[in-house]
Amino acid sequence: MSKGLPETRTDTAMSELVPEPRPKPAVPMKPMSINSNLLGYIGIDTIIEQMRKKTMKTGFDFNIMVVGQSGLGKSTLVNTLFKSQVSRKASSWNREEKIPKTVEIKAIGHVIEEGGVKMKLTVIDTPGFGDQINNENCWEPIEKYINEQYEKFLKEEVNIARKKRIPDTRVHCCLYFISPTGHSLRPLDLEFMKHLSKVVNIIPVIAKADTMTLEEKCEFKQRVRKELEVNGIEFYPQKEFDEDLEDKTENDKIRQESMPFAVVGSDKEYQVNGKRVLGRKTPWGIIEVENLNHCEFALLRDFVIRTHLQDLKEVTHNIHYETYRAKRLNDNGGLPPVSVDTEGSHDSNP
Amino acid sequence: TQRVVSGEGATRPCLLVPSAWRDETSQKMSKQQPAQFINPETPGYVGFANLPNQVHRKSVKKGFEFTLMVVGESGLGKSTLINSLFLTDLYPERVIPGAAEKIERTVQIEASTVEIEERGVKLRLTVVDTPGYGDAINCRDCFKTIISYIDEQFERYLHDESGLNRRHIVDNRVHCCFYFISPFGHGLKPLDVAFMKAIHNKVNIVPVIAKADTLTLKERERLKKRILDEIEEHNIKIYHLPDAESDEDEDFKEQTRLLKASIPFSVVGSNQLIEAKGKKVRGRLYPWGVVEVENPEHNDFLKLRTMLITHMQDLQEVTQDLHYENFRSERLKRGGRKVENEDMNKDQILLEKEAELRRMQEMIARMQAQMQMQMQGGDSDGGALGHHV
Repeated sequence: MSKGLPETRTDTAMSELVPEPRPKPAVPMKPMSINSNLLGYIGIDTIIEQMRKKTMKTGFDFNIMVVGQSGLGKSTLVNTLFKSQVSRKASSWNREEKIPKTVEIKAIGHVIEEGGVKMKLTVIDTPGFGDQINNENCWEPIEKYINEQYEKFLKEEVNIARKKRIPDTRVHCCLYFISPTGHSLRPLDLEFMKHLSKVVNIIPVIAKADTMTLEEKCEFKQRVRKELEVNGIEFYPQKEFDEDLEDKTENDKIRQESMPFAVVGSDKEYQVNGKRVLGRKTPWGIIEVENLNHCEFALLRDFVIRTHLQDLKEVTHNIHYETYRAKRLNDNGGLPPVSVDTEGSHDSNP
Repeated sequence: TQRVVSGEGATRPCLLVPSAWRDETSQKMSKQQPAQFINPETPGYVGFANLPNQVHRKSVKKGFEFTLMVVGESGLGKSTLINSLFLTDLYPERVIPGAAEKIERTVQIEASTVEIEERGVKLRLTVVDTPGYGDAINCRDCFKTIISYIDEQFERYLHDESGLNRRHIVDNRVHCCFYFISPFGHGLKPLDVAFMKAIHNKVNIVPVIAKADTLTLKERERLKKRILDEIEEHNIKIYHLPDAESDEDEDFKEQTRLLKASIPFSVVGSNQLIEAKGKKVRGRLYPWGVVEVENPEHNDFLKLRTMLITHMQDLQEVTQDLHYENFRSERLKRGGRKVENEDMNKDQILLEKEAELRRMQEMIARMQAQMQMQMQGGDSDGGALGHHV
């Protein structure tokens, strides 16, 4: 262990020792600080502006997966999150579709733009999850899909002549919908989250929260948090990846008070106090989706989109993907995986 | 109008008079009564028109029994609804298990009995709860326990009915099953369909959508229609309210029509008193408003309660005349003959057993003789086999 010298991270060459599972994020330790104000303005801070311009030009990918029993409002919530018809329900609201007999994975991509920034959003839906009489191992197709995306990325990365920008289909975030029973988690919820919290960022969400009064909501959230803790389920933001004290305090507050977010989704607008708001109209009142007194949708939206979007991607790339990669390399004895299958393999020619 | 009711057996009351609804009629009748007795104007008047009153009085003294089974996934509001319906707390010491405990649990049957008395009419209500239903990851064996419970009650009644002392038969047969459908889904789930098909020939099924305050009115209508379509599609036989008879008054007929049109009932349960519009009502308080349990515009709770109370008698009858008779004929066809013959053949069996015993003794004797012969043969050969004792 070196003392005092800043550690520099060597390139991730194949010859490097395979790291232990769950390595710390690839961020260099704080270097010795030079106070630039003393010597005159250098202009290093303009890099932020340069990065911003770059991002705006290239745009970025975001892949979000929704998992939960049918009817919990997953598609509606995603539509509400991104204020556009991006889920598979977008085509028509005719729920004549039957529950599929096995879990299906449906990925739908959209490009949405805001303030000059382009986002290629992919929503991955999982109809059939948890709906059968026998739901044993119904998370396996989902785990398989997630690992397949890692595999795809790994193959691209390992190529001799690889693309400048590897298309990123890895799942950055998985919203798991908990049924608002008011009692506790269901056995299936526990099993799913136990298996998948190790491969993907899981954000548990309490669906259709307009079914609970404020006290019931508080109690339920507490109970769910306790159950998740007792069963050792690390949901995003995971404690071990808090980078510094600032992150830790912010994330602690979210972990211990706000999560799991109790949300209500809607794509209909109503007039309330002279404003048009998204909501649900019932004989006893209008439930406003973006009103923090009514539900925590705004918190979820801010969390996923406005503050932690980049972090979700980073944790996926630096932690989950690296874990997968390390395992694959280990299996192959430290050598790059040989592409045995015929699909998608590039020839090493310019 | 005179309605003649035959009094069937001292054990079962025939005429249920729900306090809320038929009070006026019975009061009217009891007022007329003395006049008719004292001054029988009509020459041909015998007086058996008074029979319903006698039955009524006897029944009121005896009290009524009703068994209601409640089935549905956990967290659908079953216990709250039952407590709301009967204005009581059937589950005072309830502990809700966590998910990890639920993984190990199988479906259980818990019966709680409560005696409710209202205006002199006693009701012995048994609520059969089925915790664990629908919780497991694999629910294939979910309903075995429930079906065996229902069959056991039928079996016991059959046994009692065929017994010598029939005075005090306790009727624990399940008269009605409230099946709770999740309001979060888009209709019936595969488990719902499988379960209802397994019990629709054994018990009266009343489908109920609980936690109805999750749905807007449009969503509610859509869900109800979807459920009814699926019930028809899968040929599930739910309990059908009998049409009002032609001699009933218009109000009752209209009420029955309304009830029939609202199935499946979408209800909200609560025993908390909330202040709304200046008075205290039972309801649920949300930041955006108050859901009133007894407001027909908010949910079908009143309709469900009305249906249950005015049709308690009919539910019992259908259980007796249809489901129980089905069970009985099946049972007797299968095992009835054996049951009777067993008694007659006891002697025969004894004889048979004695014969078998004799045969075995003969066989042993023969074997011994053979061994003796072998030994003698062995001796002559010069072998040292030794003596067998």
